[in-house]
Parts: sequence; C-alpha cells; structure tokens
Amino acid sequence: MKMLFAALGAACLSLSAGLALADDRPTDPQIAHIAYTAGVIDIAAAELALSKTADDDVRAFAQSMLDDHKAVNDQALELVGKLGVTPEDNPTSQALVAAADAKRAELAALDGTAFDAAYINNEVDYHAQVLAALDGLLIPSAQNAELKSLLETGYKLFQGHQQHAEHVVEALK
Amino acid sequence: MTLRHMNRREVIAAGVLLVASADAVRAHNGTIHVKIKDLAFSPQEIEARPGEIIEWSNEDRMAHTATVRGGWEVMIPVGAKATHVVQAGDNVDYYCRLHPNMTGRIKVIG
Repeated sequence: MKMLFAALGAACLSLSAGLALADDRPTDPQIAHIAYTAGVIDIAAAELALSKTADDDVRAFAQSMLDDHKAVNDQALELVGKLGVTPEDNPTSQALVAAADAKRAELAALDGTAFDAAYINNEVDYHAQVLAALDGLLIPSAQNAELKSLLETGYKLFQGHQQHAEHVVEALK
Repeated sequence: MTLRHMNRREVIAAGVLLVASADAVRAHNGTIHVKIKDLAFSPQEIEARPGEIIEWSNEDRMAHTATVRGGWEVMIPVGAKATHVVQAGDNVDYYCRLHPNMTGRIKVIG
C-alpha cells in the first residue's frame, strides 16, 4: 500500500510539476493512453482476484471491475478510432504501470482473507487516485469534447467502483 | 425552431411543457419508464401508484441494479429492460449496488 502511494504520489508530483508549464499538460493522445492504462490495470487486478479469492462478495466485485473496465476501454478504443487519435505512451502511464506491477506482485504473495482485504483496500485507494487524476488533470486538460465527455463518464464509473469497494470492505469486517 | 421564430402561443406551450417535465414523472398506461445512461437514472425521481410498473431501460454498456437497502433488488443487464411492480410501501430511495453513486427515488401516491 505504502509503495503504491509513493509511486502514485511521485506520478502526481510530476503531473503537478508539469502543470506549472502549460506546454507540458498532457495532450489528448496522452490522456487517452493514461485513461486506457488505468482501466487495464484494474482489469489485471480483477483477474488476479478471480484466480485467488474464495469470497463471494470479492468475486462479484472483481467480476464487475473486469466487465465494466473492459466495456469502457472498448468504448474508448472506438472513440479514438473515430477521432483518428493514436494513444501515446507517456511517463504518467509508465509510472502507473510500474506502481501497479509492484502492487500486483505484493498481492500475488497473499492468500485467503489476507488477500481479500489487501485487494479490496487497494481498490478503494487505487480508484481514489485515479479520480484525483481525472478531476485535477485529465478532464481539465482534454481538448476534444467527446474525449472529455467519455472521461466524465469514466469519473462516474470510478466513483461508483470506489463506493462499491468501500461497501465490500465493510462486508468483510 | 429557434426562440425568435416561435409565436406567442408556442412560447407559452413550451413553457407549460417545461413546468410539466419539471414535476416528478407520472405513469403512462400504467408503466413508468426510467432510462439508465452514463451511470444515471433518468428521471431521478418518479411518482407511482401501487400496482403500476416501473420499467428501467439500461442503455449503458455495464450492468446495473435498482436496489433498496434491506429490501428488493432488480438486476438490469447491459442493453436490457427490467421491471418492478410498485407496492404500497415503496416510498423508497434506491441505488445501483454495483455503482452506489447512482441513486433514484420512488414516491408512492394515491
């Protein structure tokens, strides 16, 4: 958890530093890549959870993450195809992936209720971090109206997932 | 049609329509339609009489539910419709269990 915060914190810091220089705000191709990557990361975490958990609530939650993020990422691919935008890899996407890889390795080493608790708590934190990035940087930086609109739907989705995760945390207690 | 091109009667009619749609939506032929799009119930608040049917239509690419805490739940799969027959005790707030930031309200009348 601390590791994820540190890595995401570093990503956010570099984003904030970037904000000071207007030219360094992410471009639409970079924003599309970051948003898509955020979904891919949660899909990978859900696949790990489905392979490990024996808890019905955790399983249902993970399946919902898998289905929802796949659906929205498909929608994102259709949109960038229509707009003729090629998502562009960037340091923020790379920092997100590095942090997620480290977290997934940490989770993979856990089993049973220890895994369930660590997975769900991380889902609460991860969704909160993505919400902060969407709200503070990605949505305000997006230039294309349709991309901005999809990001706003993405915001509602991540917010819903965060609250769902919080309910599962309560149910596990 | 732009406002400039509307005559006085049309402007008044449009105004009446606006006032009507601002009220909680009432049933049409015994069925109240609630659209789900972009993670929102629309209309968010409905009025219903016992025995009337609420029909949710899911236009999102993700599954949703209409769930009453400690009460009933309706599953609304992707692209599907699902119904609930209004009961006398259905003066309730409901939400989507999968996305709890989606909320709606049913007000029982009559």
